[in-house]
Amino acid sequence: MAVNQISVFLENRNGQLAEITGLLAENKINLRAISIAETADYGVLRIIADDSEKAKNALLQNGNIIKVNPVTVVAVPDKPAGLSELLNMLAKSDVSIEYMYSLFTHQNDKAYMVFRVTDYDNFIKLLSKHGLTPIHSAELGLK
Amino acid sequence: MSNYYQPEVETASYEEIRALQDERLVKQVKHVWENVPYYRKKMEAKGVTPEDIKGVDDLHKLPFITKDDLREAYPYGLLGADLSKCVRIQSTSGTTGKRVVAFYTKEDVDLWEDCCARALVAVGATNEDVCQVAYGYGLFTGGAGLHGGSHKVGSLTLPMSSGNTDRQLQFMTDLGSTILCCTPSYAAYLSESIHERGLRDQIKLKAGIFGAEAWSENMRRDIENGLGIKAYDIYGLTEISGPGVAFECEEQTGMHINEDHFIPEIINPDTEEVLPIGSKGELVFTCITKEAFPLLRYRTRDICVLSREKCSCGRTLIKMSKPMGRSDDMLIVKGVNVFPSQIETVLLEQGYPPNYQIIVDRVNNSDTLEVLVEMTPELFSDNLGDITTMEKELVSALKTMLGIYAKVKLVAPKTIARSEGKAVRIIDKRKI
Repeated sequence: MAVNQISVFLENRNGQLAEITGLLAENKINLRAISIAETADYGVLRIIADDSEKAKNALLQNGNIIKVNPVTVVAVPDKPAGLSELLNMLAKSDVSIEYMYSLFTHQNDKAYMVFRVTDYDNFIKLLSKHGLTPIHSAELGLK
Repeated sequence: MSNYYQPEVETASYEEIRALQDERLVKQVKHVWENVPYYRKKMEAKGVTPEDIKGVDDLHKLPFITKDDLREAYPYGLLGADLSKCVRIQSTSGTTGKRVVAFYTKEDVDLWEDCCARALVAVGATNEDVCQVAYGYGLFTGGAGLHGGSHKVGSLTLPMSSGNTDRQLQFMTDLGSTILCCTPSYAAYLSESIHERGLRDQIKLKAGIFGAEAWSENMRRDIENGLGIKAYDIYGLTEISGPGVAFECEEQTGMHINEDHFIPEIINPDTEEVLPIGSKGELVFTCITKEAFPLLRYRTRDICVLSREKCSCGRTLIKMSKPMGRSDDMLIVKGVNVFPSQIETVLLEQGYPPNYQIIVDRVNNSDTLEVLVEMTPELFSDNLGDITTMEKELVSALKTMLGIYAKVKLVAPKTIARSEGKAVRIIDKRKI
């Protein structure tokens, strides 16, 4: 059910991000989602690649420090309050969001959000209660 | 000016000083032999007994004490007096986290304060003066030493401790401080603050004693011009007593060593051979009057030169140059001893690779310490909060170990420069 996300350690210096996107381009890897969390001195780049295995190997070979984690992709109605309803539901539960960001993909009037939460099983239960299901990698065309 | 606190010693002839040293050394070696089994074993290993030491000429026969000995003997192994006679400890950082703890009897504190009083009187302090002590108070010897010295001189003593610049300047102007004692970098900072606030007309300082860290002649001129005072150097180390082991006089051409208490030698740090006066080498001290922590032939690791040239101040005490460097890799940052090995110990304890780089710089006359650490796959997390928490823990562990704040910078692997396979551990950008 989960989608693989790759996190990369970023030093805060000029060209660091270009170096990584360049590497992925060379390996013909397409990015479906990207997010960065940073402090003044370093950051964490999180990506969802169309071929996560290939992306992982390319980054490791390049000497990057990475981590592969499962994340949950949820399709929410692409309309005002579409995300808000889902977040309100979570706010009332014990599930906390560690971080979230959006996927580039947008289809069938749905926007796709990437979630990393504290309690995955509970999160899934909550989703199904509200008629939502996590999106499979295959549905997004991810390997 | 030529004021002396204890003229009978400070202006004694070489023969008088030498006779005093001979007598005190013989007595001290016997005291150590009888009271410090750790050192007695070292003497036995070298085949030396107290009978072999008849005066300063025999000093070279005694074994050295190093920082390693202090660590091994921690905390009581080098104690030379019954604990019931000890009234004080002071402490400084050691090489691998174990701190150096020095003990003092009442008499030890007394002679240490005498040494500081000599330094204060040499810069013109009298019982009419207001002496602002802005060295740190606590385990650090700076505050306690100058505080005690100022009491002895009879100056009005302001026990300010370091930091809190607003309060420092308020007391300095309201109470009319005439003598300032602190680290040279803090003196420079106070000078800038005084100018920024337009307080130059309201300060009455005439002299300052600034030690515990390296400073250049340029910095001396800046402080002297900025504060309108004469700025004097002072030397000391916790192992030997604290500040006041040696002090500068009006001539400002080196520091007079209180050699009636501490006999200096200069050695070649590699061969341990004693070098003649005037040679550059490592400074070694033998304490001939201290009871509780009577270190004999303690290797300071400071590189300097001794001189017996006649001084215009009238003091006959031998002079040492400003330390020109270290024979080990110790750094002095903000007046605090920092050993790379301490940083390495913390990194390993916290699960970091021992691949690091220490960058020391001086920004606005204040030292900065930065530790670059390489990120590893094990430590990395997709959650930024985990990384910042980990980083905070490291900063806090370094603070505990070093006693000062070190900025931590996490860097990508293999970014720390290596030369011939060995990492360049220390980059000291300070221009002193």
